[in-house]
Amino acid sequence: MIQLENLTHTYSSEQGKNVAVDNISLEIHKGEHLAILGQNGCGKSTLAKHLNALLLPTAGRVIVEGMDTKDESKLWQIRQTVGMVFQNPDNQLVATTVEEDCAFGVENLGLEPKLIRQRVDEALATVGMSEFKEKAPHLLSGGQKQRVAIAGIIAMRPQYIVFDEPTAMLDPHGRSEVIQTMQKLNKEENITIINITHFMEEAVLADRVVVMDKGKIAFMGTPKEVFRQVERLKALHLDVPVVTELAQAIGAETGIDGDILTIEELVVSLCR
Amino acid sequence: MLRDVTIGQYLPGNSLLHRLDPRSKINGVLFFMISLFVINNMVGYWLMVISAVGMILLSRIPLKYFLKGIKPLLLIIILTVILQALMTPGEIIWQWKFLHVTKEGLIQALFMGTRLVLLVSITSLLTLTTTPIVLTEGIEKMLNPFKVIGVPAHELAMMMTIALRFIPTLIEETDKIMKAQAARGADFESGNLIKRVNALIPILVPLFLSALKRAEDLATAMEARGYHGGEGRTRLKELHFAGKDYGAFGMAVILLLAAIATRVLF
Ligand SMILES: Nc1ncnc2c1ncn2[C@@H]1O[C@H](COP(=O)(O)OP(=O)(O)OP(=O)(O)O)[C@@H](O)[C@H]1O
Ligand SMILES: [Mg+2]
Repeated sequence: MIQLENLTHTYSSEQGKNVAVDNISLEIHKGEHLAILGQNGCGKSTLAKHLNALLLPTAGRVIVEGMDTKDESKLWQIRQTVGMVFQNPDNQLVATTVEEDCAFGVENLGLEPKLIRQRVDEALATVGMSEFKEKAPHLLSGGQKQRVAIAGIIAMRPQYIVFDEPTAMLDPHGRSEVIQTMQKLNKEENITIINITHFMEEAVLADRVVVMDKGKIAFMGTPKEVFRQVERLKALHLDVPVVTELAQAIGAETGIDGDILTIEELVVSLCR
Repeated sequence: MLRDVTIGQYLPGNSLLHRLDPRSKINGVLFFMISLFVINNMVGYWLMVISAVGMILLSRIPLKYFLKGIKPLLLIIILTVILQALMTPGEIIWQWKFLHVTKEGLIQALFMGTRLVLLVSITSLLTLTTTPIVLTEGIEKMLNPFKVIGVPAHELAMMMTIALRFIPTLIEETDKIMKAQAARGADFESGNLIKRVNALIPILVPLFLSALKRAEDLATAMEARGYHGGEGRTRLKELHFAGKDYGAFGMAVILLLAAIATRVLF
C-alpha cells in the first residue's frame, strides 16, 4: 500500500510560491489499477514524483509499503518498489542497445550478471520486445521505445508502476501497444498501476479514477461513478469518453441510461 | 541526409579480433602507435606494414572500409607528404624556382604517408571490430586503476554512453528542424558566411533548448531507476580476459620489441 497523508508540495522560486499539490490524502492499494485525470498544471506529475521519492513532501508524508520516503536509508528500496515510466519515450532510454537499456535499472541493484541476463530476457519477453534486443533505441517506433522503458522497469521487479502520460506522444497504434502492456502487467503480473492520462478511454480501464483540480482531489470513484458526472467534468475542462457522451445525448429518446463507458456496453443497451 | 551519419562504424563479425577483449585491442593499438614512432628505416616500415596487413586479414573486414576511414583525412595526408618532400634538405633531384625535391625528402614523405595511413587504418580496425558500448566499457575498466588519483572512470564512461545514445536522436531532430525551417523559406545554402551562420541560429537555439530538456528528463529517469553512480553497480556483460587476450598482449609486446630492434640493428 502507498499512503499519502496530507501531502503538500510547494515549489519556491523568485516569482514566489506555487502550491502544486495541496493537502492530498489518498491510499493506493496493492493490485489496483488507478487512473489520475486533471487538466494541465493541476499537479499530477508533481504528485507522481512523490511516489518514489523523486520529490519529497514540503508538508505531510508519503509511506510506501511502510517506508517513509523521507527516510534516506530506504531510498533505493523505495525506488525499486515503485517504478516510473515517463511521457517522452526518447528521454528515458540510457543505453545504446535495447537489452543494455533494459538492464540499466537491474545493474543499479548490483545483481550477478547471470541474474541480470535472466531478468532482462524475461522482461523483454513480457513486453514482446525480445527480437529487438540488439537494436539501437533510436531505430524503434515510439510504442516500442515505451515498451522497452517498461521492460527496464519490470526487470527491477517493482510492485507499483507509475505511468506519467506514457501515451501522450504516441500514435494510436503505439498507444494501444502501451495500454495492452499496462493491462497485462496489472492482470497477469499483479503489478499495481497508477496511470496519469489525458485520454478518457484509458481511464475507463481503471478500477478507480481520481480527478484532480488545482492541486487537490476534486472527486474520485469507479469509472462509472466519475463519468456519470458530465457537468462536473466539463467544469474542470475534462471530457467524458466519446461513447458516454453519445449515450447521454441519445439517452432521452432511446431510454438507455448514461452509465455507458464502452462501445460494447452501448451496443448491448441499444439492442435491448 | 544527416540521418546517414553513423556513430562508431562497427561491422558485425566473428573473427578473432571481434572476439578479443576491448582492453586487449586498445592496448594493441597503443603499442602499435608507439612502435610506429619508434621505427625510422625501411625494415621498420616493412615490419609495421606487414603486421597491419596481417591484422586486417585476420579481421576479415573488406579493404573498402579502411579506405573509407582514410578518405576524410586524405587532404591532410597529401599535404603532409608534399610538405615533407619539399622541406627536407639533401640531394636535390628536381628543382623549379625556389621549390626543390630531395631524395631524402621523397623517402621521408613516403615514410610519413605510410605512418599516417597505418595510424588511421589501425584505429579503424579497433572501431570496426568493437561496438561503441564495449569500447566504452573497456576504457572504463582501463581507467579504473587511476581512480585513486581522481580520474572519474565510471562517470566518463557513462557520459560517453549517453552521448553515443543521443547523437542519433539529436541528428534526427536537427534534420526535422532544418526541414521545418526550410519549409518556412529559410535558406541554408546561399549567401556569404555571415548570412549562412545567421540562418543556422534558428536551428541551433531550439536544438539546444531541447537538448537541455532531454538532459533533465534523462536525469530524472535515471534516478527513478535507482542510479546512484558506479558504486555497487554490476553489469549485464562483464568483460573477462581469456587466453587469447594474453596472447594478444604478448604479440603487442613482441611487436614493440621488434620495432626497437629494427631501429638499433639497421
Ligand atoms: N520544477 C518546478 N519548479 C517550479 N514549478 C513547477 C515545477 N514543476 C512543476 N511546477 C508547477 O507546478 C504546477 C503543477 O505542475 P505539474 O507538472 O505537476 O502538473 P501536471 O498536472 O503534471 O501538468 P501536465 O498535464 O501539463 O503534465 C504547475 O503550475 C507547474 O508550473
Ligand atoms: Mg505532467
